[in-house]
Amino acid sequence: MKQVTASGQTVKDAVQSALVQLNTSEDQVDIEVIEEGKKGMLGLFGSKRAIVKVTVKENPIEQAALYLKEIAQAFSADVVVTTTLENQSVTFELSGEKIAMIIGKRGQTLNALQHIVQVMLNRQSAIRYRVVVDAEEYRSRRKATLEQLATRLADKAIKTKKSVTLEPMPSYERKVIHSALQQLPGVETFSDGQEPNRHVVIKPVKK
Amino acid sequence: MEALITSIVAPLVDYPEDVHVEVKEEQNKLVFHLIVNEQDVGKVIGKNGRIAKSIRTIVYAAGTDTKKRIYLDIM
Repeated sequence: MKQVTASGQTVKDAVQSALVQLNTSEDQVDIEVIEEGKKGMLGLFGSKRAIVKVTVKENPIEQAALYLKEIAQAFSADVVVTTTLENQSVTFELSGEKIAMIIGKRGQTLNALQHIVQVMLNRQSAIRYRVVVDAEEYRSRRKATLEQLATRLADKAIKTKKSVTLEPMPSYERKVIHSALQQLPGVETFSDGQEPNRHVVIKPVKK
Repeated sequence: MEALITSIVAPLVDYPEDVHVEVKEEQNKLVFHLIVNEQDVGKVIGKNGRIAKSIRTIVYAAGTDTKKRIYLDIM
């Protein structure tokens, strides 16, 4: 954490000098006034210099990116984290050599990383963010796979006239299935069970 | 490995300086005991153990290149 204590004739002067030392601007820092400063008689006697403590505010998203990088380096040393911020949603893109290790079986390691980073980021920041951790386009590839799976299983449900139960998935993967089949006539979808075993059921509907 | 666990856990708790990891080697497994401040136990475990589960997933995945099985105990 970067912080300096600076003094000046007035609080304003002190803050200014601190900002110069930290090479930053006023909206990037927290200011704590330690001594108000007094103008003495004729500016000579009993004058007190103002003292302030200025701390550079940490950017929580940058912190989270560093945190993610630190963990990801346990898997592959050359990992690169790219951050994109869109409204309340932060996407961290991982790329590097042994990226398959970071994704894990059915993305379980990636999902765990995403969860941990989200918890960490929302602890640090005042605004709530939604975190997406992606690696080598995994999320969009997974989405395509899930949509394929959904249409295939919906066919099966219609043919056999029986409900098809999918394996448990996290909420955003279930959402992909639901929205893929929303427009399809002949089936309806709903989720059943309690987290973390909540899963989609595809049910054929009578015409 | 201890460093990884500490760096995962430290930013999640209120008392990062109280985060310790102890290693116990048993026959076919390595057991890591994660010790945090009493007040932070809930933060490491999370709702329905979700955070604990995520930490374990990451640690186990990172430990696949070691020969022994890895366990993570949170206390």
